Amino acid sequence: MKNLTLLILALFILGACSNSPKQAGAEKSASNSKISLTAAGATFPMPYYNMVFKMYGEETGVQLTYGGIGSGGGIRSLTDKVVDFGATDAFLDDEQLKEMPAEVVHIPTVLGAVVIAYNLPGVEGLKLSNDLLEKIFMGEITKWNDAAIAANNSGLNLPDLDITFVHRSDGSGTTQIFSDYMSKVSTKWADEIGTGKALRWPVGMGAKGNPGVAGTIKQTEGAIGYIGSEYAFAQKIQTASVQNSAGNYILPSIESVSAAAKGEIPADTRIMLTNSADPDSYPISGFTWIILYKEQSYNDRSKDQALATVSCLDWLVSSEAQGQAEKVHYAPLPADAAAKAKAILRSVTFNGETLLK
Amino acid sequence: MNSDKIAKAVLFLASVIILLIAGGMIYSLVEGSIPAFKNFGLSFIWSNNWNPTRNQESYGALPFIAGTIITSVAALLISLPLSFSTSLFLGEYYRGTRLAKVLGTMVDLLAGIPSIVYGLWGFYVLRPLLIDLGLPNQGFGIFPASIILAIMIIPYATSLSTEIITMVPGELKEAAYSLGATRMEVIFSVIVPSARSGIVAGYILSFGRALGETMAVTMLIGNANRIPESFFGTGNTMASVIANQFGEADGLKLSALIAIGLLLFLITGIINSAGKLIIKRME
Repeated sequence: MKNLTLLILALFILGACSNSPKQAGAEKSASNSKISLTAAGATFPMPYYNMVFKMYGEETGVQLTYGGIGSGGGIRSLTDKVVDFGATDAFLDDEQLKEMPAEVVHIPTVLGAVVIAYNLPGVEGLKLSNDLLEKIFMGEITKWNDAAIAANNSGLNLPDLDITFVHRSDGSGTTQIFSDYMSKVSTKWADEIGTGKALRWPVGMGAKGNPGVAGTIKQTEGAIGYIGSEYAFAQKIQTASVQNSAGNYILPSIESVSAAAKGEIPADTRIMLTNSADPDSYPISGFTWIILYKEQSYNDRSKDQALATVSCLDWLVSSEAQGQAEKVHYAPLPADAAAKAKAILRSVTFNGETLLK
Repeated sequence: MNSDKIAKAVLFLASVIILLIAGGMIYSLVEGSIPAFKNFGLSFIWSNNWNPTRNQESYGALPFIAGTIITSVAALLISLPLSFSTSLFLGEYYRGTRLAKVLGTMVDLLAGIPSIVYGLWGFYVLRPLLIDLGLPNQGFGIFPASIILAIMIIPYATSLSTEIITMVPGELKEAAYSLGATRMEVIFSVIVPSARSGIVAGYILSFGRALGETMAVTMLIGNANRIPESFFGTGNTMASVIANQFGEADGLKLSALIAIGLLLFLITGIINSAGKLIIKRME
């Protein structure tokens, strides 16, 4: 397993190396040009990471390579100690934490959401209650002009079309957040399908990645599916409003996603934000995390390397980096979450000594 | 003498490396699939329950084995008349003409088109066509996947069959003509029998290719991890589920995917050796 992960990483690094001539100028001017960091994991926050890590490289000369190999790959890479830090859309539960070779900490970086996209020509402003979500995605409602949908959407001219549910065919943090929400609002879903990065779908068809799902929906009249917000916002995909726990129908937006994180966040930041109690929140929202070892002295890493790792992450949750998030359609961390992330980074050690003050 | 030795050493080294690579692949596939077989036993092969949800994990390869075999056999059947007639056209009727050369080049070109391009064509051209024809599942499923596979494997069967048909000795054909045989009789009693082992080899090659094809199938088959309900239903294949789910897989699921890889390897191996046996019998 380890070899496989190594191979995949090596490919990414090779890919990154081919860009190096362009960056040679920046390197000369920087003081710590020798340090390069490697990270891998979730694809969901990749546009944000790519943008801010490039900024960070230009400012400090620290070369950072991020491989979007999926959350599972990110956890595997960190377990195998082939990266400086990993990234994941789903936090490690207690059992997974126990399986890691050493203590791991979570740093939330940005917020995203899962949107419900649909393709119904001429139908705008579709409202879906949690009951409708359950019935549509579990195959109990099969036609768009079903009385239950119509009752919830008076005024909309719903066509006599079959509902085609498009889900992810690959394992994904997007599916995790979506199914976590569904399990919270529907006991039937929780009993029969459950929560996970990949599921046993009762109906529908799979497409690979957000682009695959979005493309299939776009090409198929009557299709409905769930897509990562960063992709949906960037592509301006038509989305349905979803009923939050206060009973309000909310469209996904940067503001409504931010609102989901207003509540209390635990000190280790491991929390699913789905079905937030905030009345303005879009209910299918969540954090994405970076994971790293609490003790940074392993595998002959130098103290400089460890310091560069935590400094970079400290900058990532700072207002400077967070201010960039909206440009690529993510919601920035609320102040409370950023403060907790900073506190966690200050607990990271090298041979028992904390690295950041 | 010295250069001879060097050449020998290089050749030896190259063959040893090939052996090591093949052996290493088998080893890592077997090693990686041990947890899956330990957990589910041999029933992994015929169980149709694929449930990756945490705490209820259960994996069975049957939906994917079924999807792979159905699409590949269907693709072979669809491609058979097309590639057989094309190879007769190229190797016998219009042999050596400019038309045959152009057509031959086109066939070879088909072989060079990347899988993903076939997938895109299938998604944007074939699928809307099938929707207009009233096919269920919005143009996704076993049937469209089989059609795209059939088109992809045509060049393999065609090229090899054409080559073999061209190589049938002229004297044989002339002898048949001199006995008063018609062209049809020559084709079916002289050319096909003497070229049949090569033709069969071509079809086995293309069948093997269909078994392992990934991207184009993924884009059309619907990726539903169930045994297809009908020929027009949605399903998934072994190669496609691996490509789709490998990225986020860990633990038992990863092992299950590797086990599917091992099974695919075995199926391809069985088909190839069966093919070789058939060819040997025919000769």
